Amino acid sequence: MPSQRDDAMAHDTTAPVHIAVDRQHAALPAAPVKIRARDVNVFYGEKQALFDVSLDVPENSVTALIGPSGCGKSTFLRSINRMNDTIPGCKVTGRIELDGEDVNDRSIDPVVLRARVGMVFQKPNPFPKTIFENVAYGPRIHGIASGKTELEGIVESSLKRAGLWAEVADRLHQPGTGLSGGQQQRLVIARAIAVSPEVILMDEPCSALDPIATARIEELIDELRNQYCIVIVTHSMAQAARVSQKTAFFHLGKLVEAGPTGEIFTNPRDSRTQDYITGRFG
Amino acid sequence: MLTWIALTALLLFSLATFMAGRRRAVATTAGKPALLHSLPGYYGSYAALWVGVPAALFILLFAMFGGRLEAGLLRVDPPAAVQQLTAPQQDVFFDDARAIARGGMPSETVYDGALKTALDEKAAQSNQISNLIQYGSIGLGAILALAGAFIAYPRISPQFRARNKVEGWIAGLFIVCSVTAILTTAGIIASLVWESWRFFQAVPIHEFLLGTEWNPQIAMRADQFAGAGAFGAVPLFVGTFLIMLIAMLVAAPIGLFSAIYLSEYASSWTRSVVKPLLEILAGVPTVVYGFFAALTVGPLFRSFFNWIGAQLAGGSFDGLAQYLMQVQNQMALVAGAVMGIMLIPFVSSLSDDIINAVPQSLRDGSLAMGATRSETVKKVVLPAALPGIMAALLLAVSRAVGETMIVTMAAGLQARMTLNPLDTVTTVTVQIVTLLTGDQEFDSPKTLSAFGLGLTLFAVTLMLNIIALRIVQKYREQYD
Repeated sequence: MPSQRDDAMAHDTTAPVHIAVDRQHAALPAAPVKIRARDVNVFYGEKQALFDVSLDVPENSVTALIGPSGCGKSTFLRSINRMNDTIPGCKVTGRIELDGEDVNDRSIDPVVLRARVGMVFQKPNPFPKTIFENVAYGPRIHGIASGKTELEGIVESSLKRAGLWAEVADRLHQPGTGLSGGQQQRLVIARAIAVSPEVILMDEPCSALDPIATARIEELIDELRNQYCIVIVTHSMAQAARVSQKTAFFHLGKLVEAGPTGEIFTNPRDSRTQDYITGRFG
Repeated sequence: MLTWIALTALLLFSLATFMAGRRRAVATTAGKPALLHSLPGYYGSYAALWVGVPAALFILLFAMFGGRLEAGLLRVDPPAAVQQLTAPQQDVFFDDARAIARGGMPSETVYDGALKTALDEKAAQSNQISNLIQYGSIGLGAILALAGAFIAYPRISPQFRARNKVEGWIAGLFIVCSVTAILTTAGIIASLVWESWRFFQAVPIHEFLLGTEWNPQIAMRADQFAGAGAFGAVPLFVGTFLIMLIAMLVAAPIGLFSAIYLSEYASSWTRSVVKPLLEILAGVPTVVYGFFAALTVGPLFRSFFNWIGAQLAGGSFDGLAQYLMQVQNQMALVAGAVMGIMLIPFVSSLSDDIINAVPQSLRDGSLAMGATRSETVKKVVLPAALPGIMAALLLAVSRAVGETMIVTMAAGLQARMTLNPLDTVTTVTVQIVTLLTGDQEFDSPKTLSAFGLGLTLFAVTLMLNIIALRIVQKYREQYD
């Protein structure tokens, strides 16, 4: 699709910043697109936080959004499942398609959308309930399980997929808030996958964790990639390089460059990307 | 008057020491004020404090307690004529002597002969003693002030840590203030316990706490006609409980739901308008609620129930109808309902704070799971805030139990064992008010029973508050 833009970038590395560069198709022509964002602008009241962002997120892979603080990567993430709706005065324009459907369309119920697009936050936020009740929360409100046995099955399989089952199997009825930070974050991931979402959005999921817990989460993300489309916001370039297949670099509310992770990190086209990943700013 | 002049002089002297101390501090550095450990003002303050505070305390102490000292000294070695009088007559005699000395109003007692001489003698002596105390205290105060100056002034040198010393004085002031509050509370409790103890000498404690008849109108003088008296407080506890229950049935749902609306649904504009409006309710004096209850709500409720009674009369519920037609203005329901309205802002503002303290991340987590706002409130926010809300309700209960004005005006005075909200009932606080207003004598069980009630009330509200604060504390720790 954006071969024209690629050419423009090839000739002029200081191209206008609003032009998003997407080399995904050239590198992986087979990967189907799960989320297609076109000319997305986000405003918080008078202040514009995102400028004409266009990005394709491929199915069954991990897409990392990187960039300095305040660059709009979390804002973009939150506009995918319309969590920005919960912020008063926030306005989103442009198209964000999930499987070809515009998520901002009137016919889309944000409640249903959020069941399809799960989210994991920066700080682990288990509910002050038991481990079991935390995972059962989504299935209960969406009426997914038809009985107690089925619910227990969902809880068990979600905890297993989140790699937490072995640690909590014998204390399912103790408070989720009593777990360690890394365990809490995996509990929250289990809670998110219990409603069988298609997409999982992760907003700096490891920034509150120590390196060992971070490694566990990263392993988990890599395993989950087979079943879900994952979008992760991260401050750690090393993490983006380790877990993602595609990377998008945001700067000052604009998408500067996006492409296969390997290429972004070894051969960035934009000088700002180069500066950021080599640690010259950000 | 003289005391005020002395204190003013002392203040001026302190100011002078302040200036002098400051100047000396600057002078000791030979033109380099930066060498001083503290700012020059601290040296001045240090000297002024030493001059002013001890002397002022001394003078004030004698101004306050000098009268008592004088009265005590006057009674040392009474004349022979006075010694023959009875103890109450002696009290009157000395009071008269002091009144004459100060040009006040003596009693109408006629003194003659030896007593008259003794009276004039004692009046003169009273004047002498009080003058001695007044001039003496001022003179000693002056000496103290000078001594303070002689202690503080020579200490001023660049190495002297005046700032730390002055801050020590200020810390002392803070300690005195906080100790005052604590001592006052302790004093209140002590007086309650002491008077209650005297009451329980007359009426056994089990009879008071478990007895079911309350009729404190006993004869205080021999010529009065009254019943034998009964001090079983259970009807009062029941009445208090009934009104508290009605008040909470009104305040808990309305307060809680308005808190949920304000913190979870209202736009920030609505919130900024509605919250102050609700808090105006909290600023209405309870006596205003009282006459609202007595003059508006009471008659309204009465005519409503009378009307229902009239509709039912003659039918199969005739007994009920007859009862409803006799309902009066004063009933537990009126007092309870108005008290509930009074408590709404209390409950809503506390619950609002507690609901707001639930971290936004929990709401985000729930919303991101595809929960609606109401599911989020029901299943995540409220359970998380529940302990705090319970504590807020307990605090409201403790206010309802201690509330006086509304029930005095709208609940009635009859101590009845009833849970019928249409009956007139009476509460612990109402009884305390009626027992302690008007004619009273402080060694009759009638009056003393007010202290027994007060102590019980105090114990109950204290316990409720402690439990509530414990819960709040525990809940806070969970999220910080």
